[in-house]
Amino acid sequence: MKRNRLTRRPAVAKASRMDQRETQHGREKGPGGRLMPALQEVWHKRTARLGVSVLSLGMMAALSGCITVSAPDKPIVIELNINIKQEVIYRLAADAGKTIDSNKDIF
Amino acid sequence: MSRFYASVSPLMAAALLVPFVTGTALAQARDPAYAAARSGGQVGEMPTGYLGIAGASTPDLKRLVDDINIKRKAVYAERAQAQHATVEEYAFTTGCKLVAQTQAGEKYQTPDGSWQVRGGGAPVRDSRCPA
Repeated sequence: MKRNRLTRRPAVAKASRMDQRETQHGREKGPGGRLMPALQEVWHKRTARLGVSVLSLGMMAALSGCITVSAPDKPIVIELNINIKQEVIYRLAADAGKTIDSNKDIF
Repeated sequence: MSRFYASVSPLMAAALLVPFVTGTALAQARDPAYAAARSGGQVGEMPTGYLGIAGASTPDLKRLVDDINIKRKAVYAERAQAQHATVEEYAFTTGCKLVAQTQAGEKYQTPDGSWQVRGGGAPVRDSRCPA
């Protein structure tokens, strides 16, 4: 039985991250607990492609120019009745005038 | 017979019209207490289309303002329904006009909430108000 050189505890066979992932999915293992060479090759290609795509995304973001956000020079005014649209006011204006004229006691 | 009707009908028409004319004439005049509070600057027009108390509030003043505002709201609600608008939209539009129609010396509220005495020039109104 293999033991850890320092702790003298029984050595736990550490599987690499790659192997762990593959075994989780119940993949076959080759001799020595490692993935079969063909599978390993596929895995490497996949990670390489992912790396390239991530890199290219970063490059695109870097090359497409910076987005600058600047604070407005005027103070931000929160208007009341913001949901009342000007077009509605213009449509109602004539009728509102008539209403005032015919109810002079309350206006 | 026809001559009889011809001579009577104008009289009848006048008799029918008299209560109408006097009725509307009475409804058209502002209540003296309201007119005094208005010219005295105790109450003023708000951009919302309702009357507001511009200075110190008293129970009498509050009653007067509430009474007018309830009547205004009833009119706004009726007209808004006819115009397919909301009561707030109709009231706001009327408010634009009411602030514009204030006489010199009367008070009105600006969109930022401060009370101003109407001078000779145009009042400060919401940017959406029509000219």
